[in-house]
Amino acid sequence: MQISAKLRLATIAAATTAVMSTATLFGANAQETYRIGYAISKTGPGAPGAATSTIPNYEMWVKEINDAGGLQVGDKQLPIEVVEYDDRSSSEEAVRAIERLINQDKVDFILSPWGTGLNLAVAPILDRAGYAHLAGTAVTDKAPQLSKRWKNSYWLLGTGEQYAVAMADFLEGLKDDGKINDKVAMIAVADGFGIELSKAGREALEDRGFDLVYDKTYPLGSQDLATIVNDIKSLDADTFVAFSYPPGTLGLTEQSRVLGFNPKVFYAGVGTAFPLYKNRFGDNAEGVVSLGGASEDDPEIADYIERHVAFAEREPDRWASIVNWATLQSLQQAIERAGSTDREAINAELAKGGFDTILGTYKPGDQTFWRVGQWQDGKFVGLAPTDMEGAKELVFPKPEWKAAN
Amino acid sequence: MLSYAIFSGITLGGMYALVAMGLTLQYGVSRIMNLAYGELVIVASFIAFVFMTALGINPILGLLIIIPASFVLNWVIYRILLTPLVARAKNRGMLEVDSILATFGLLFIVQGVLLVWFGGNYYSYDFLNNAVNVFGATIAANRLVALGFALVIGLGFYLILTRTRIGTALRAVAVDPTSARLVAIDVNFASCFAFALGGAMAAVGGVLVSMFLTFSTSMGVVFTMKALIVVIMGGVGNILGALIAGLILGVAESLVATYVDPGLTIAVTYVIFLLVLLIKPSGLFGRATS
Repeated sequence: MQISAKLRLATIAAATTAVMSTATLFGANAQETYRIGYAISKTGPGAPGAATSTIPNYEMWVKEINDAGGLQVGDKQLPIEVVEYDDRSSSEEAVRAIERLINQDKVDFILSPWGTGLNLAVAPILDRAGYAHLAGTAVTDKAPQLSKRWKNSYWLLGTGEQYAVAMADFLEGLKDDGKINDKVAMIAVADGFGIELSKAGREALEDRGFDLVYDKTYPLGSQDLATIVNDIKSLDADTFVAFSYPPGTLGLTEQSRVLGFNPKVFYAGVGTAFPLYKNRFGDNAEGVVSLGGASEDDPEIADYIERHVAFAEREPDRWASIVNWATLQSLQQAIERAGSTDREAINAELAKGGFDTILGTYKPGDQTFWRVGQWQDGKFVGLAPTDMEGAKELVFPKPEWKAAN
Repeated sequence: MLSYAIFSGITLGGMYALVAMGLTLQYGVSRIMNLAYGELVIVASFIAFVFMTALGINPILGLLIIIPASFVLNWVIYRILLTPLVARAKNRGMLEVDSILATFGLLFIVQGVLLVWFGGNYYSYDFLNNAVNVFGATIAANRLVALGFALVIGLGFYLILTRTRIGTALRAVAVDPTSARLVAIDVNFASCFAFALGGAMAAVGGVLVSMFLTFSTSMGVVFTMKALIVVIMGGVGNILGALIAGLILGVAESLVATYVDPGLTIAVTYVIFLLVLLIKPSGLFGRATS
C-alpha cells in the first residue's frame, strides 16, 4: 500500500513537472523575455577574479536594461531573463553548465566565463552550437588563430605578447633616455598567464638589449615571496617585472615595501588594476605599473565607474571590466540592430561592429585597450600604446615606498 | 642572505604551525577529521577584517572577543553536529569517515554564508606592516607577531598537555578513549573541550594570518590542506610536533626559494612530507599505532 502511494505521488509529481516544462517551452516560444545564460566562478580559485571583473558587469548590464523596460527587439520590448550557474572554477563544470544552457535551458545568448582556461574550455562547444563567444577575461597567444577557427569567438583582451611587447617597448624608451640601466629582474606565476607573458617578455626584453638578471617562476597561490624580493634587491636592477596573479601581486608589493626594495620601475601583474590594490596600499600604489588602464578623463568612462560603484558598492577594475562593459554595450546594440532574437542575425551584427561604447566606436575584439598603465593620483591611467588617445606620461622614477602607518 | 632565508623561513613556518595546531587537537584528541577547519580560519580572518575596517578595533585586541566566541561556536558545532556521530560510531575508523562527510557538508555551509555576506572578492587590510630588523633580516612586524603567537601557543600547550591534570586527561583520550573512561575521565567532555579549543586556535590563526595575507571566501581549503600536511608530519595530536613540522616546512621552502628555485617550494613541501611518511609513518612525534 505504502509503495503504491509513493508511486502515485511520484507519478503526479512527474506529470506536473512535464506540464510545467511544456508551459515554459511554450512561454519561450512566445518570446516574452530574452534569455541570457552564463556559467561563472562563484566559488573556487577563480571566484575573486570573477567577482571583480565579470559578475558585477553582467548583473549591472541586465539591471540597467530591465529597468529601462528591456531590450528593444523590433517593435517589442523584451526584458532579460538570466540563467546562471556556478562553474566552481573548474573547466569540466563550466563545460557541463554551458551544455546545459544550450540543450536544456535553450537560452538565447551565452556570456563568457571568467579566466583564460575556462574560456578556452567552453569555446568549441559554443562554436558548435552556433553561439557567439565574447571571451572577456582571456589572454592567450592563440587569440588570432582561435578567432579564425571559431569565427563567432572574440578574444577581447588580446595576446600575452601584446602586453609583454608593449611593456618592453616602453622600457626600451627609458633605457635609451638613460633613465634606467639594462638590468631587469623578472618573475612570473607558474600558470598559463605567467608562462605566456614571461616567455614573450623574455624574448622582447632580450631583443631590446636588456639583461635579465633574475628570471624565475613561483607556484600559483603563493603569497610568501619575500625571499624572492630579497634576492632581487641585491641584483641592482632598475626594473622589476612580475607577471603575477592577484594574491601574489599584493604579497609582492607588500614585501617589497617592507624590505625597502625600490626599483625605478615596479611592474606587477593582474590585481594591480583592481580597486583592492589602491584600497590596500593607498599612496604607496602611486607609480606602480601594470597591464591595462582606463582613461578616466573620458566622461563616459567616469560615468561608467560611478554607476558601477553605485550598483556594486565598489569600483570596477581598470582593465578587463572596461573592455567587458564595452562588449556588453555592443551586444545590446547588436540585438537591437538585428531586430530579432535570431542568433545568426545577432552574430552577424556583432561581426559588423560599429557600436557606440565607452571605448568609443567599438567592435568586439578591437585592440583599443591599454597594454601598460600606471597608478597616478589614485587613478590607474593608460600609458601605452602611446599613440592612443588619452595616453599619459610615465611617473618616473616610482616614488619610494612610504612606511606603513 | 642565509640568515634572511632562514629567518623568513621561520616566520613562514610559524604561520603554518599556527594554522595547524588547532587541527592537531581536533583530529588527535576528538578524532574529528575536520574538513571545514580552513573555513573556520577564514571566518576569523573576515571577522578581523570587519573589526579593523568597520569598527576600528585592532585585530590583536579583537582576539579577546574572537577567541571566546570561536570556542563557544566550536563547542556548539561539536554538541549539535558531531555528538550524534560520536555516539553511533562503533570504532575510530567509522567516526573518521562520518566526521569527514559531516564536516565536508559544514565546509559548504560556512563557505556559502561567507559568499552571501562578503561575495567572492579578495580582502586585505593594513595592520602592523612596518619593517622590523631582526638579526640583520628585515621582517614585517605582523609576521613576527604571528610567529610569537605560534611559539607561545605551541610551547604553552605542550606544557599544559604534559604538566597539568586536564592536559593528561586530553592525552589519555587521544591515546585510548575506551580505557580513559576506566580512570574516570569524562571522554565526551574532553573531546568536546579539545574540539572547541582547536577551533579557538584556528580562529587565532585566521586573525593573525589576515594581517599579512590576502584572503577570499574560497581560500579555506588551502589552509585545510596545509594544516593537514603539518599535522600528519608532526604526528597527529602532537602540538609540539605541529610547531616543529611547520617550522621545518617554512625554512625548507625559504631555502629552496633562495638557493634553488622559487618554483619548487610546493614540491619541496611534499618531498619532505613523503620522506617523513616513509621513514616515520606516524609522524615526527607520533606514537606508533598498535
